[in-house]
Amino acid sequence: MIRWIARVVGAAFVLAVLWAFGTTLATNLQSPPAPTAEHEFHRHPKEVAFASDGPFGKFDKQQVQRGFQVYKEVCSGCHSLTRVSFRDLHQLGYEEAEVKAIANQWQVEVPSVNPETGEPATRKAVPSDYFPSPYANETAARAANNNALPPDLSLMAKARHDGPAYIYSILTGYQNQPAELLKKFPAAKTPPSLHYNPYFANLNIAMPPPLTSEGQVTYAPGNPKPTVDQMAKDVAAFLMWTAEPNLQGRHKTGFAVLAFLIVATILAYLSYQNIWAEAKRKVAPVGPLDPVNKAKRTRASKKAGIDE
Amino acid sequence: MSFAWAKPYEPKTELGRWFDDRMPLPRLVYNAVGGGYPVPRNLNYGWNFGVLSGIFLTIQIVTGIVLAMWYFASADGAFNSIEHIMRDVNGGWMMRYAHMNGASFFFIVVYIHIFRGLYYGSYKAPRELVWMLGLVIYLLMMATAFMGYVLPWGQMSYWGAQVITGFFSAFPVVGEPIRVWLLGGYAPDQAALTRFFSLHYLLPFVIAGVVILHIWSLHIPGSSNPTGVDVKSEKDTLPFHPFYTAKDGWFAAAFLTIYAAVLFFAPNYMGHPDNYIPANPLATPAHIVPEWYFWPFYAILRAFTSNFLGIDAKLWGVLAMFTSILLLFFLPWLDKSPVRSGAYRPLFKRFFWLLLLDVAILGYCGGSPAEPLYVALSQLATAYYFAHFLIILPLVSKYETPLPLPNSISESVLHGEKREAAPLGQTAAAN
Amino acid sequence: MATLEELNAAHVEADHSLRRRDFINIAAVSFAGVGAVAVAIPLVKQMSPPADVLALASTEVDISKIAPGQAIKTSWRKQPVFVRNLTAPEIAAAKAVPLSELRDPQTLDERTKPGKENWLITLGVCTHLGCVPLGTGEGENRGDYGGYFCPCHGSHYDTAARIRKGPAPLNLHVPDYAFTSDTVVTIG
Repeated sequence: MIRWIARVVGAAFVLAVLWAFGTTLATNLQSPPAPTAEHEFHRHPKEVAFASDGPFGKFDKQQVQRGFQVYKEVCSGCHSLTRVSFRDLHQLGYEEAEVKAIANQWQVEVPSVNPETGEPATRKAVPSDYFPSPYANETAARAANNNALPPDLSLMAKARHDGPAYIYSILTGYQNQPAELLKKFPAAKTPPSLHYNPYFANLNIAMPPPLTSEGQVTYAPGNPKPTVDQMAKDVAAFLMWTAEPNLQGRHKTGFAVLAFLIVATILAYLSYQNIWAEAKRKVAPVGPLDPVNKAKRTRASKKAGIDE
Repeated sequence: MSFAWAKPYEPKTELGRWFDDRMPLPRLVYNAVGGGYPVPRNLNYGWNFGVLSGIFLTIQIVTGIVLAMWYFASADGAFNSIEHIMRDVNGGWMMRYAHMNGASFFFIVVYIHIFRGLYYGSYKAPRELVWMLGLVIYLLMMATAFMGYVLPWGQMSYWGAQVITGFFSAFPVVGEPIRVWLLGGYAPDQAALTRFFSLHYLLPFVIAGVVILHIWSLHIPGSSNPTGVDVKSEKDTLPFHPFYTAKDGWFAAAFLTIYAAVLFFAPNYMGHPDNYIPANPLATPAHIVPEWYFWPFYAILRAFTSNFLGIDAKLWGVLAMFTSILLLFFLPWLDKSPVRSGAYRPLFKRFFWLLLLDVAILGYCGGSPAEPLYVALSQLATAYYFAHFLIILPLVSKYETPLPLPNSISESVLHGEKREAAPLGQTAAAN
Repeated sequence: MATLEELNAAHVEADHSLRRRDFINIAAVSFAGVGAVAVAIPLVKQMSPPADVLALASTEVDISKIAPGQAIKTSWRKQPVFVRNLTAPEIAAAKAVPLSELRDPQTLDERTKPGKENWLITLGVCTHLGCVPLGTGEGENRGDYGGYFCPCHGSHYDTAARIRKGPAPLNLHVPDYAFTSDTVVTIG
């Protein structure tokens, strides 16, 4: 009975899906999906290496400090970093006094309440505060940016595939819309309020190119020259740190744990071999369960006159 | 427990005797996983995955309880509470990554365990209940994993919740009321989040209870084995402890090494970057996909793109998705071959590998965007999936000629030796 | 067919060789045990206060507006703190108490900073069972000794916030603090 029901149910689903398959085939052969500008002109992130890449990845503190400087002087006007606290900067090598100064001098103040009147007010940041957002809320952010919302950057390196490389590619990827694109997809001309950037998902990004000239940020002596390329790399490295501050510690603990587990596995395996040596567990050389071999063995035994 | 030659429990210490007189708990453990439980001696590594599943269930429960000490189930605060765990809580990042990757590894291990069961006919009599309890565990795991993924309240959390609760609205008349009842609202919001947290905390303990039933129902007939031939005498078995505790132990250590490698060096590999964006009910991600362990079912869901026989496409998809798991409950009656193990069923074996390939293709399509190529591929793969279980298997089991089975387990293991050593307690057999 | 003796010998032989070969098993299990303990450590440690709570362990209080005879209630580590500007009579009264009369003997000097003995900064947590004593606000009951009074079980604290009457065992706790300027105190 079950099998009859099974056959009917099976037939129903198989037929329904094959019908759908036929329809898919027909529609796509008759009117194949039109190519889109995104499909043809979108580019994957550029190949670029970061100190944080790979299992041995770590943070180049000096680079991340430069990246912080770029964030501070270029990006923080529009982009918040609300999940990072000023005290986290200790990790980058800043001393307590420096962190206090950075917090105190941060151009955006922290929302607070006037202790005498109870009116909303602002106060200077202290190290235990998180980086305050440049805008009070989303509406304010959009109003100031032509209805675009500059996203918070704390997790950007993990919120995009290939994060740091993506960030670097966006920052260095601004270009004029290629003539080829305009010819093939005249409707996809970049609107005047947006900017063409093939590394962005739909090719037109609301953010105007933030890094435009060498020396936009002045690096302290002993650092590489602040070219657009260098600044982009540095801020991408900084954003990898904001997204995953524990990366270095994670790798360190990882090696210790792996070493322990590998030794544990070896010891456990030797113990297993030791225990099983007593039990008869050797099996025939080629496929113990292979009945062909079993048949061979039976024939061979018979030939040698051994009783089964 | 079920074999006459099982070693009886004999407490060796005063304390052991005192305890045993009052509560036979050590006795129960001894008879279940100790020296008192005889197990076929020819088990291969496919049999390690049951215990491994138990290990990962434990890892999930322990890391989950610890995370629940810091997690905050509020639509405004959930995402931030998890970032707080990652950044400020001592060792928080380790707990979070352990739990996140533990879920993936739990599914990897369970899938291998299930496919072992499919190949070796573990679902056949007298172990049908073991199989069905296992499927109940699997369904509970899927529910738990789905709700757990919603808790971080990222973009994928939110939109995954929208899509999956949206299934229910496919059912006519009762569908939409059920969906609203489930969510406690018209869209995933505070009510849905809090109840998902409550249930996500509860279900793993329900799973643990069903696991106990699963093991109990297994221990009545005892484990099956790669030949599918029943245990006939003491020669066929070994006590679980120390033989299989040792084997499970080393393999678990090896598997945990792989788990640790992923946890510490590629913790976000199996995840989706969009879940690092806080949920935005007004902006749908470009490609909504569930976690990888749901991809085959997602592919089946999306394969039904046309109305057929008066039932609309969305409902076909939902029905097919549920049926694809529910039909597994009937497997012991769909596959009536008296031969258990795929090793002795050459035709069945070929279809098994085809099934494995089919599920892999379904998984690949499920994780891909709904473009015509992937949709077409998933449609063919879905057709095969239903045909395999509901049409092909019953026919194969009826008409195939199996290979001759060995007379006993020990014969299949011991035979064919150039040099025979006597097994413990046995005389040297005249082979 | 082996004889019974041969079988017994084989068993004994097997037993001996088991004990010798047990070493690797013991080693493996011990190593795993160490691993289990090592796993337990982060699980226990994670319950400790996280970095952001530790960062808030320090609070700055502006004391410029507190006149002599006044006290304010503020918060430090999510607990109430009383900051009181003692008047001269209050200071005299505190100094006049013999230590032998005190349940928890402490002088006013021990409870204030040198040169700033008018500033009494204590936790506002009764040392009996944790209620917030009265006495900071205008018109609040200051108890029989003119300091603080806990209404829950009737503990009376004197002008130096020392326990004089009632069930509390200890004086109100004086946290670590420092004057970063004449008008600002950093607690913690």
